[in-house]
Amino acid sequence: MTKYDAIVIGGGHNGLVNAGYLAKAGLNTLILERRPYVGGAAVTEELLPGYKFTTFSYALSLIRPDICQELNLPEHGMMTLPMPHHFHPAEDGQYLKLGADSYENYHEISKLSLEDAEAMHDFGHIMDRVCHALKPLVDMIPPNPQSQEPEELERMAEFHAIMEGMPPDVQDMVQKLWTSSIAEVLDEYFENDLVKGMLASSAIIGSMCGPRSKESGMVWLFHKMGEYDGIFGEWGFHKGGNGGFTQALARAFEAFGGTILCDAGVDEVLRKDGAAVGVKLSNGEEIYADIVVSALDPRNTFLRLVDPAELPDDLVKTIQDFKFQGSAAKVNFVLSDVPKHPNHEYSSEIFRGFLNVGPTFDYLEEAFADAQEGRFSRRPFIDGCIQSTIDPDMTPPGKHIMSNFVMWAPYHLKDSDWDTERDNLGDAVQETLNSFFPGFNDLVEHREVVTPLDIERIVGIAEGNIFHGELFADQLFFSRPAPGWNQYRTPIKGYYQCGSGTHPGGCVIGAPGKLASMQILRDRAKAAV
Amino acid sequence: MPKTTPFHPRTGPLNHPQIWENWAGYLVAPQYQHSEISEYYSVRNSAGLLDTSPLFKYKFSGPDAEAYLMHVMARDIRKCKPGRAQYTIWCDDAGFVVEDGVIMHVSVGEYWLTAAEPNLRYFRQIARKKEFDVQIDDITTDYGILALQGPKSLEILQELTSDLNGVGFFRLAHTKLDGHSVVISRTGYTGDLGYELWVPKDSCVAVWDALMSAGSGYNITPMGLHALKMARIEAGLLLLDVDFHSARYAWTDAQRDTPHELGWGWMFNTLAKDDRTFIGREAIEAEIANKSSRHKTVGLVIDWYDYQEKHREAGIHPPMDGVFNEGTMNIYRISDTPWEYGGYATCMMYSSLLRSHIALAKLPLDLCEPGTEVDLEVSIIRRSVNIKARVAELPFFNPARKTSRE
Repeated sequence: MTKYDAIVIGGGHNGLVNAGYLAKAGLNTLILERRPYVGGAAVTEELLPGYKFTTFSYALSLIRPDICQELNLPEHGMMTLPMPHHFHPAEDGQYLKLGADSYENYHEISKLSLEDAEAMHDFGHIMDRVCHALKPLVDMIPPNPQSQEPEELERMAEFHAIMEGMPPDVQDMVQKLWTSSIAEVLDEYFENDLVKGMLASSAIIGSMCGPRSKESGMVWLFHKMGEYDGIFGEWGFHKGGNGGFTQALARAFEAFGGTILCDAGVDEVLRKDGAAVGVKLSNGEEIYADIVVSALDPRNTFLRLVDPAELPDDLVKTIQDFKFQGSAAKVNFVLSDVPKHPNHEYSSEIFRGFLNVGPTFDYLEEAFADAQEGRFSRRPFIDGCIQSTIDPDMTPPGKHIMSNFVMWAPYHLKDSDWDTERDNLGDAVQETLNSFFPGFNDLVEHREVVTPLDIERIVGIAEGNIFHGELFADQLFFSRPAPGWNQYRTPIKGYYQCGSGTHPGGCVIGAPGKLASMQILRDRAKAAV
Repeated sequence: MPKTTPFHPRTGPLNHPQIWENWAGYLVAPQYQHSEISEYYSVRNSAGLLDTSPLFKYKFSGPDAEAYLMHVMARDIRKCKPGRAQYTIWCDDAGFVVEDGVIMHVSVGEYWLTAAEPNLRYFRQIARKKEFDVQIDDITTDYGILALQGPKSLEILQELTSDLNGVGFFRLAHTKLDGHSVVISRTGYTGDLGYELWVPKDSCVAVWDALMSAGSGYNITPMGLHALKMARIEAGLLLLDVDFHSARYAWTDAQRDTPHELGWGWMFNTLAKDDRTFIGREAIEAEIANKSSRHKTVGLVIDWYDYQEKHREAGIHPPMDGVFNEGTMNIYRISDTPWEYGGYATCMMYSSLLRSHIALAKLPLDLCEPGTEVDLEVSIIRRSVNIKARVAELPFFNPARKTSRE
């Protein structure tokens, strides 16, 4: 009989982080991955010889700096390449290109609005202070307000101290983002539609909300909490794609003595007397451990791997009602060359950061309206990038691979299904890109379309939601994934959760994995006393 | 691509080291020749010609322009009659300094202001909120600005115009140079006799040529930012983001300063008779009444014997040229407790003119009396060493010609 100290179900980045910390603490830890390789949605796949696709996840920002240090990730190959700027084209051929230098940005924006050029500094300053104030919340195990345990009261006090210790203007902004649309927030600072459109995109990423929906402020804030080398809201490419990052995590885990088993889907968490005792694989094999951690989404964690009948009704109800409603797709291209923008001379420069196709609130709202009608956006928002313009490992020299993150592609289509619509979505994305970059169609050598259904089928995430559930205010912090179960535990002793459906939430962030490991190790230490 | 100023067709080829600095997104020369100190001396010896076009420039006009400026600026704009300029500051409600700048009353009811950072939105927001009928325009790119600074600056200008005769310190002249209309103020950032010229952008090259030609017999010298920064320390003039930070973009009050803390308390000498409700007034009055300034800004002169001795002990010749520093240096009290924190210097240099190492410093009130001795921490061959320094009044250098009525 094989017995481990801990089994982590799912080798996505949070599973890897969680397992890494457990192994580092000396636990004999096993990762079980259903697919042939780890990484979850953060994989780089050589779908064509020589072409590295970031099939799903494609950039890094929120990953916690402490995790990189504590798991020795640079030693295992972690390297995040900076994005020098981002490019935001308008439909009339104008564009905004914003980058590392604040005065360059000032002059760039002042082409459109002098006041907005200055407002960018004001807005950036308040947002830096907001992110700084809230950062401790991202990195703490959230309190459980239903508990009267001294430790929980202490956590609650810490939470209140953070919230009440903020300067008034920071508090106002937090309150505003928590409850309002990003459009309302940006309208207060900016006048130009193109400037507002460029700033708004983080508010709709992966979420069933438009810039004028009240949920969008929170989604936006969540993304801004990321940082590149201390700059809030900035992003980088992992060398070799985001799969390079999860490979570094895997090597770190193995260096701590951990074991990875691939092609090992889990059908069930084995329980005995209300406690987890191991798992049963799809092939019928049983593996035992007193600690079992699910890095999967809440639906899989609570409703599939265990028998919901054994769980409290209110928890089951909450998880059943948890909003997944995946709405993002990927359309990735192999290109014979870098697309040309009619008014920008140095085309390869454009794509070294994000290409932000979604010029204005109106454009975004029109795209979102399609999704509300139960169809994909005919003229979608696209977050594109061509990592091969800075990372020569992605393609053969001279060729390029373009990743396009696409909104909205609702998991639930009204009058059709995704197997029917897959190529139609690909066409819509290609046509949209062709309209901003005339001649784009001629560059396309290969196309991969990844619908929310594909994400669910391949990666396994419920309804293909890239965050393991919407990042809406009522599904965060105290309520992620359910009130009373926001601290990585489950009602089953020894059974834990560490996926993006736990606090703080989605993106390649690692915090759920790390915070869950802290909870597990504390519980274990207490039990040993 | 970085932007260039309207003088770039001339300054470009003159930049001998071909090193450029980025000032507010514009290319400007840190120095034109390899000998920085020669450029510096042009300001004290003949005349230096400096391109300060990247400064942000704002025009205030309209029925409420005066009322608006009375409210926004800490100094009373009514004292700045047409044809005059005024060095002023604007503060936030808590009485912390946002920025400083020179405002000119160019013609009746029309004012031009220079600022180091963008302030258009800031000014307009106040106007909108308080419903002032004032027109605020950004005229940054409409004009190039040249500073002609030094004892020969007047004579050079007089080669081209007679309109500067009798123009006193902080007074203006509207004149033509070689047929090109310019507005000239007797102002500058060097603490010397000097003028600043607002030149319409299309006239910039011609005016540069006219000045260089008129100044050829006076050793007129194109001068970069480094020389300016040396001159301004001697003049005791503060620099944003070196000696203080804008209250708008500070994170905490520990990064902010009040006017009194920056040595601008003189701006409020007649506050009792001032009937305005300007932004920050209540806080400034409270600071005066409560004597609650946390520090003052003073000059420091480093003790030459101690400086020499500490370097000699380390086995090296005491450096003079090349010690220019705009980084924070700690200052300690001279007491029985070693390394007892006193304050800090914001910039330090060797003044070739004054034959001394000098610094600008923020010190608690009990250390601000001229002559008070403190220890300034410097690094000598990787070791922290305290060197004795004495508090001095600012400015360090203040020639009579700066303000003379000759």
